[in-house]
Amino acid sequence: MIVAERKPLAEIKEMISSYKKVLVLGCGSCVTVCLTGGKKQVEMLASALRAMKKAEGAEIVIGERTIPRQCEPKFVDQITEEASRYDVILSMACGIGVQGIVERLKKPPVIPAMNTTFLGMADGKGNFDEVCLACGNCLLGFTGGICPVARCAKSLINGPCGGSQRGLCEASKDNPCVWQLIYNRLKELDMLHLLKNVSHKRKWPVHPQKLSKEDSG
Amino acid sequence: MGFRDALDSRKFLITAEIGPGKGTDTDALLEDAEAIKEKIDAINVTDLQSSVMRLGSMAVCHLLRDRGIDTIFQMTCRDRNILALQSDLLSAWVLGVRNVLALTGDHTTMGDHPQAKPVFDVDSVGLLRIIGRLNEGFDMSGNELKGAPDFLPGAVVNPGADTEAALEMQIIKMEKKIEAGAKFIQTQGVYDPDIFEKFMRRVEGFNIPVLVGIILLKSAGMAKFMNKNVAGVFVPEPLIKEMETTKDKSKTSIGIAARLIKDMKDICQGVHIMALGWEKKIPIVLEQAGL
Repeated sequence: MIVAERKPLAEIKEMISSYKKVLVLGCGSCVTVCLTGGKKQVEMLASALRAMKKAEGAEIVIGERTIPRQCEPKFVDQITEEASRYDVILSMACGIGVQGIVERLKKPPVIPAMNTTFLGMADGKGNFDEVCLACGNCLLGFTGGICPVARCAKSLINGPCGGSQRGLCEASKDNPCVWQLIYNRLKELDMLHLLKNVSHKRKWPVHPQKLSKEDSG
Repeated sequence: MGFRDALDSRKFLITAEIGPGKGTDTDALLEDAEAIKEKIDAINVTDLQSSVMRLGSMAVCHLLRDRGIDTIFQMTCRDRNILALQSDLLSAWVLGVRNVLALTGDHTTMGDHPQAKPVFDVDSVGLLRIIGRLNEGFDMSGNELKGAPDFLPGAVVNPGADTEAALEMQIIKMEKKIEAGAKFIQTQGVYDPDIFEKFMRRVEGFNIPVLVGIILLKSAGMAKFMNKNVAGVFVPEPLIKEMETTKDKSKTSIGIAARLIKDMKDICQGVHIMALGWEKKIPIVLEQAGL
């Protein structure tokens, strides 16, 4: 799923400074799951912004609403009328959701409250780890189901580099060297021979990409 | 005699490494190179070592070439896409570079411009393939070149990789590098001849000259720093003690390096000395090592 993290409060406050009526809009999907942009977080952000504005003696109206997905037109349509009563929508969805609103509603303008950071997986303890870079050419079949494109700091295909120390990555000592994880997994599966033949042509497509109805078949 | 001829002659190879500084001053660098040029078969010039922005390797290789010194152009994949890698190789050839050490490169976040975009369009194996292709007279899109280089490509291996997985993969990767065209290996710094011997026994069938890396120890602090932060380098406690208790760090350092060379020279094809600013001591090290 898509992980997004809330921008610092000071940055958000700066972005909405010229507006008098702000609708804080949450998303019921990915950002709810990673506890950064769902209904609860909408309440918390709205509260914090009201408190900041009050402390300045400034007037502001802050509305709160959460829809199941901001990237789907039918859900955006649910707020067309309500949105028209505000000067700006402060979206707590990922970058896709922000643009989903913009595509569907002529006004008001939409500002992102979030920084969309990565495609990740929950560890069951409330943490999320980046595991996919959407490289467009999945090689998980050769690496025991562990992705070096996303999980190696250098996205090495002929890994590891010489910088791996004590099983950890040179670029971030909190991260394991993924090539060691791949080696251990392939060893368990008795498939170490795959390591000799990993080849991967990473494509650099022209952005933006598209999946058409015909292609998705 | 250039490095290639030295390699072909099967003599015991001696190389050293210099690192350009941050700026356009080259006097000290060239002085260090002059001080060792009679004793070595080639000088490696590093490529933005530790991902710190510095004067480039190609320019310095060219300056050394002008002074009759053969060089090994260290080229990393950190900063250049395949267009730049190919083009810079052609440029290097035209400027007199004849030998290339293909490296993946330290991550940008380790250097002084952590916000720079890391490229890694290919890794060291990919770069070796690129060099091979250019040597054959073609670029990576299959176009024929008007004038092709004939580089001697080399690669790096880390015999001190510190887990089973890491070491096994260093060896698998070494095979891939040889398949991709590497003609010589320079290793990361080694302080333990036993570990090096175990490694050399594993790779003896690979049939490629290996130059063992020797890093001059400048202090006990440096040894401890490397043990903590430099992958694959492990300075054993007795050597740290020697550096801690000595009244003459330089003399002890030279002594340690000379001993290590003596202990390992019979099981490899050469030595690669990384002096980290103490280049002028290299001739004494070699003399004490009997080279």
